[in-house]
Amino acid sequence: MTVLSCSGLRRRFDDVVAVDDVSFTIAEGETYGLLGPNGAGKTTTISMITGVLERDAGEVFVDGIAMSTHAIAAKRLVGYVPQELALYPDLTGRENLRFFANLYGAGRERVDHVLDVVGLTERAGDLAREYSGGMKRRLNVAIGLLHEPRLLVLDEPTAGVDPQSRNQIIENVRELAAQGMAILYTTHYMEEAERLCDRVGVIDSGHLIAEGTRRELVERLGERDRISLLLDGDLGHATAVLGAIANVRGVAPHGQGLELVVDDARECLPAVLAAISTNGVVVRSVEVTEPNLETVFLHLTGKALRE
Amino acid sequence: MRHALLIAARDLRERARDRTAYVLAIVLPLGLAGVFTLILGNISGDSQLFTYAVADADRGVVARAFTDDVLRKAAASGAIALRTVSSEQEARTLVDDGTATAAFLLPAGLTEDVQAGRAARIEVVGNVDAPTGTDVARSLAQAYTDRLGAVRTAVAATVHSGVSTPPAELAAAAAAVLPQAVVDEDTTGRRQLDAKTQYAAGMAVFFLFFAVQPGVTGLLDERRNGTLARLLAAPVRRSSILTGKLLTSVVVGVVSMTVLVVASSLLMGARWGHPAGVAALVLSGVLAATGAMAVVAAIAKTSEQAGGWQAIVAIVLGALGGAFFPVTQAGGVLEKLSLLAPHRWFLRGLADLAGGGVAAVLPSVAAMTAFAAVTGAIALLLFRKVVRP
Repeated sequence: MTVLSCSGLRRRFDDVVAVDDVSFTIAEGETYGLLGPNGAGKTTTISMITGVLERDAGEVFVDGIAMSTHAIAAKRLVGYVPQELALYPDLTGRENLRFFANLYGAGRERVDHVLDVVGLTERAGDLAREYSGGMKRRLNVAIGLLHEPRLLVLDEPTAGVDPQSRNQIIENVRELAAQGMAILYTTHYMEEAERLCDRVGVIDSGHLIAEGTRRELVERLGERDRISLLLDGDLGHATAVLGAIANVRGVAPHGQGLELVVDDARECLPAVLAAISTNGVVVRSVEVTEPNLETVFLHLTGKALRE
Repeated sequence: MRHALLIAARDLRERARDRTAYVLAIVLPLGLAGVFTLILGNISGDSQLFTYAVADADRGVVARAFTDDVLRKAAASGAIALRTVSSEQEARTLVDDGTATAAFLLPAGLTEDVQAGRAARIEVVGNVDAPTGTDVARSLAQAYTDRLGAVRTAVAATVHSGVSTPPAELAAAAAAVLPQAVVDEDTTGRRQLDAKTQYAAGMAVFFLFFAVQPGVTGLLDERRNGTLARLLAAPVRRSSILTGKLLTSVVVGVVSMTVLVVASSLLMGARWGHPAGVAALVLSGVLAATGAMAVVAAIAKTSEQAGGWQAIVAIVLGALGGAFFPVTQAGGVLEKLSLLAPHRWFLRGLADLAGGGVAAVLPSVAAMTAFAAVTGAIALLLFRKVVRP
């Protein structure tokens, strides 16, 4: 079931078109990563989806409710975790949560629940200004979860946090998705996107230039997994044997060994190793190279993600 | 409205933890009012502030009229204390040793000079350490002699014009004009605030403009802190966000003014007047202050910039409106300009309340409410750009 559907989103700031004709959907339980370099239009897109920013064109539906005509009802279904730490420093963690819980009409038991989820129960009575950076980030996320939204929008939620807090946030997001929440996630950390996202959309200069699963994007670019083998023995015979294995697309000499181009390295590797060992060739080392989103991103935008 | 109340409640909770807010809204105005009263109260209160000696060497009708009908009436009203002495030397001694603020020396032949058509001369000897009291004495003497001159001219003109008014009637008419002029002309005397109330009210309304700042600049703080985006993403109408911020200012203003009214009454003996009238003035004053500060906040790009401009506006309006000194006495353009300042209307309302019933504050309340309506409307229009999607 589709939770978020946005189509033809467009927003101009003076003479600059920040977002142009961006469309995508997110299903229940799906985590969608929106990737793009700085200034690509990610935050503008998110701002339009959350109703913070008006659209020049296009429409956003949350659970079928149009943001343009029923903004209040649509916003009740959206949890928003902005990139900045949107907290009141002179209120305690619990007071921050209670304030937003009241705005969303969420019960007090939800405050205790989300404090527990993000691991801040013991520090709930401390002023937010006294929290560490990671704790502030977790509180920032907790506010977005208070009203059990159908769609959770996280804009760079792990920027500048310690590894422990980052892992906790990622685990929280995974659990929420497993419970059926639709998640829109932007990040600068490619490994996060690969760990979390079912699908990603690559946005550059305001345009959504590619969309799909990691594998779909990799294949669309003609990139494949590679297995490099350092071998002792008859390389000619090994080439013939390995070339006959299903999903092996090519075998070529590579130093004192061979390099295989395959469809899925993890799936192929057992068959490759079994074939070699039964043909008297000794494997000295194995190296698997999988094209990742960084590769895809660089290929599509000509830029590294952190640029 | 529920969301506006929630936003205001959150703001107030945060403000309650800010110690500078208490200093600005309560401690400073109360402290300064106390200091001003101590320093300046003795020259502008309503008790016997100046003691004057009078030495009458003339003993004629003109000297008696000045002593009995001008000075004694002023003494009876409580404005001065009067001490009659037998000689000029005694009067000078009292001034020199500080017993008297100043002395009036009525020379022998004063009445004779007036009746002969010569200029009347009343000598004033002042204490060098009491310039204000000496100035007041000079003013009393000058007013009397001026009026003598005016009457003399009028009588002469009447005689020369050939009008057949009997001299006795002319003399009676002239006598009737003479003495009441200086004291009884001041019909606003009963509508003035005593020094303690004047300074307490002046400082209260001056710092009110600072006390209401955080509420209206809160929107800029929210934008800087990133929480505005969160509020805009919440199922809350944008008008509720604006209303909540304005409400914060109004509540802070009313609370700080209430504390100041009560504290200055108990600690300084200020007499604010009927509670209903004071409440109407406080509420309309708070609304006016909120409106003025909201306009500045709406124009500013950051809360820091807003704070700077708000301080300037608060000081200019405060000075113009008579929070520090009575600008209205300056007259002319300055007095007309002072009508633009809510401070002027607030203080005038209190003075009217002191001299009349609760209804006497209505013109001031109306003026401040109109000021609040105009500035509030402008601020809301300008603030829309801050929360515009």
